[in-house]
Amino acid sequence: MARSIIPIGPFHPLQEEPEFFTLVVDGETVVDIDVKIGYNHRGIEKLSEMKTFDQATFVIERICGICSTSHPFAYVNAVEDIFPMEVPERAKFIRTIIAEGERIHSHLLWLGLAGHFLGYNTVFMWAWKLREEILDVMEILSGNRNNYAMFKPGGVRRDIKKEDIPVCLKKIDSIIPTCVMLKKAVIDDPVLHARTKGIGILTKEEAINYCALGPTSRASGVARDLRKNCPYGAYDKIEWNMIVTENGDVFDKAVVRILETFESIKIIKFCLENLPDGEIDTKIKDIPPGEGIGHIEAPRGETFHYVRSDGTNRPARHKVRAPTFMNLPTYKTTVIGASISDATIILAAIDPCYCCTERIGVKDIKGKKIFNGKDLIKLSQEKTLKLKKEFGVI
Amino acid sequence: MSLKLNALLKSPWVFHLSTGSCNNCDIEILDCLTPRFDIERFGMLLAGSIKHADVLLVTGSCNRKSAERLKRLYEQAPKPCLVVAIGECSLSRGMFIHSYNCPVPLDKIVPVNVYIPGCPPKPEAIIAGAVKLIEKIKKGT
Amino acid sequence: MVRDEVVKNFKEKFKSDIVEFLDKSYKRVYVEIKPEAITRVARYIFRDLGARFNTASGVDVRYHIEILYHFTIEEINLLISVRVKLQKDKLEIDSIANIIKGANWIEREINEMLGINFKGHPNLQRLLLPDEWPPDVYPLRSDYQEWDKNAIRDRGV
Repeated sequence: MARSIIPIGPFHPLQEEPEFFTLVVDGETVVDIDVKIGYNHRGIEKLSEMKTFDQATFVIERICGICSTSHPFAYVNAVEDIFPMEVPERAKFIRTIIAEGERIHSHLLWLGLAGHFLGYNTVFMWAWKLREEILDVMEILSGNRNNYAMFKPGGVRRDIKKEDIPVCLKKIDSIIPTCVMLKKAVIDDPVLHARTKGIGILTKEEAINYCALGPTSRASGVARDLRKNCPYGAYDKIEWNMIVTENGDVFDKAVVRILETFESIKIIKFCLENLPDGEIDTKIKDIPPGEGIGHIEAPRGETFHYVRSDGTNRPARHKVRAPTFMNLPTYKTTVIGASISDATIILAAIDPCYCCTERIGVKDIKGKKIFNGKDLIKLSQEKTLKLKKEFGVI
Repeated sequence: MSLKLNALLKSPWVFHLSTGSCNNCDIEILDCLTPRFDIERFGMLLAGSIKHADVLLVTGSCNRKSAERLKRLYEQAPKPCLVVAIGECSLSRGMFIHSYNCPVPLDKIVPVNVYIPGCPPKPEAIIAGAVKLIEKIKKGT
Repeated sequence: MVRDEVVKNFKEKFKSDIVEFLDKSYKRVYVEIKPEAITRVARYIFRDLGARFNTASGVDVRYHIEILYHFTIEEINLLISVRVKLQKDKLEIDSIANIIKGANWIEREINEMLGINFKGHPNLQRLLLPDEWPPDVYPLRSDYQEWDKNAIRDRGV
């Protein structure tokens, strides 16, 4: 089979970068994969043992910047699980508003990055411009665009003022027409269908065996969502639908995330309009010895925190498990057998943290290095251009 | 050397590297390219490789694994190359100062020209920092 | 599936392996079993009850080391945590990575952070720590000391 290597981008024969993912290819097909992680390991579990229960919330927020609400939410649920206590209703609604706002901005960020990898740079610019409106709403409610610092064991730290609610509702209503346009652009485009349908299929059995989480498993037909099955916050008082599709390929994962954005807009509008009155926190005097578990549904899957206390004011053990840790091993099954121009979009469909998709390298079967991460993105964009020419779009 | 630097800074090309961060600062750097803040009107572009870059943006508290990668990349960059440290983690490791996997701060590994504090710094702050860098070089310090 | 029936059947089936059973609330159950029985219990909960494996956490209590395996049965909103206690002079246990593929990376992480050997694991290598980390130093143990002479731990002010 004649194969031509297009020398895209400068490659560095002298630079031996310790790669994150190394794909071994034979011709154009991937035959094996080798994974090395550990570039973001900062020892947070050991750090929490040196801080008090209140101070640990601020360290936990900085585990991941995109899901910076999910980790403190799971942590305060774990601390409140150690001994029986009640959180006031108003605090539960405020926590739900912040969590759903984060879900909308995370899914729009993913849509922009997936568009960039496929060569649709306009989708990238539009999705991130839309995301700025949601970040404005979060800045009005909490004071910051990213690290909101709203959670504490027992309730929330700041209240929502009555004058802010109509402004926020107006901003959220203004993004709905553009979201509908983006949904139609993705679901009805024939080039995108040809590019993403049937690529990177994860079967239902494999999704259950690897314990995949979040939209990655819901796209394969596994109907599990922690907000419906193990409700927390205010989710059991609101009418909303769980989105599940059947095929498990890249197209289905995109559809699940886009439709979930509309459900989140519904939830956040309901909570803002029906916010109950009352206190925003319960005072906790001290925490008795015991253990507690908190698990919530982050934009990427289930976040799990386990806290053990021994009666002092510091946690004795704090275990953190992020959802990408369970979703990344599924990349091994979905990419073997696919071609290298699809490798980046299959990885992006799992939605790992942005840093991780930079570090892919490709070796051929004799061990010689051919491409690096930026070259693979260029290959993916060129395949879309070729398909557009075939369909007569340009 | 300062004549070459002056010429380069009409339109500096930027290479971005993360050495173990939480990705917040990286997303804010990418936000600078989007239509609301639009850093391309100043001529700044994201370069595809270190050999094309004039300015190196570093985020994150240096991990043991990422520190070697950073050293190798800095040696390959064509000099003069300016280093900008963005976010609290790259200034002094911030709250990760007692972590077992972050032994030394960034300015013991590579020489740093500009520090931009914040957790994460807003895109307006990043643009202000870049403008300060250009003015500092033009004055010759 | 009814929650009380599931709990009763579990207690009946593993009567000889359970050391202690704590029914903490309607959605939390903590069971302590003997270390030899972990593969049978994991297979029953994962395959027969249709649960999902969440994670495994290791804790260094100063007298022994505990590992907790957490499983969720989402249909009835029940989280079962299975605890095993290991003595410090014999830190090994059978691996469940051949039954549940998702447990592969989790056991590698516990191995390098606490020093527990998982017998029968397909690929027990370092996952998160760098290569120059000394081989017998385990960060999450309670007697961990700083070994790096070149580390700078003050802000230089």
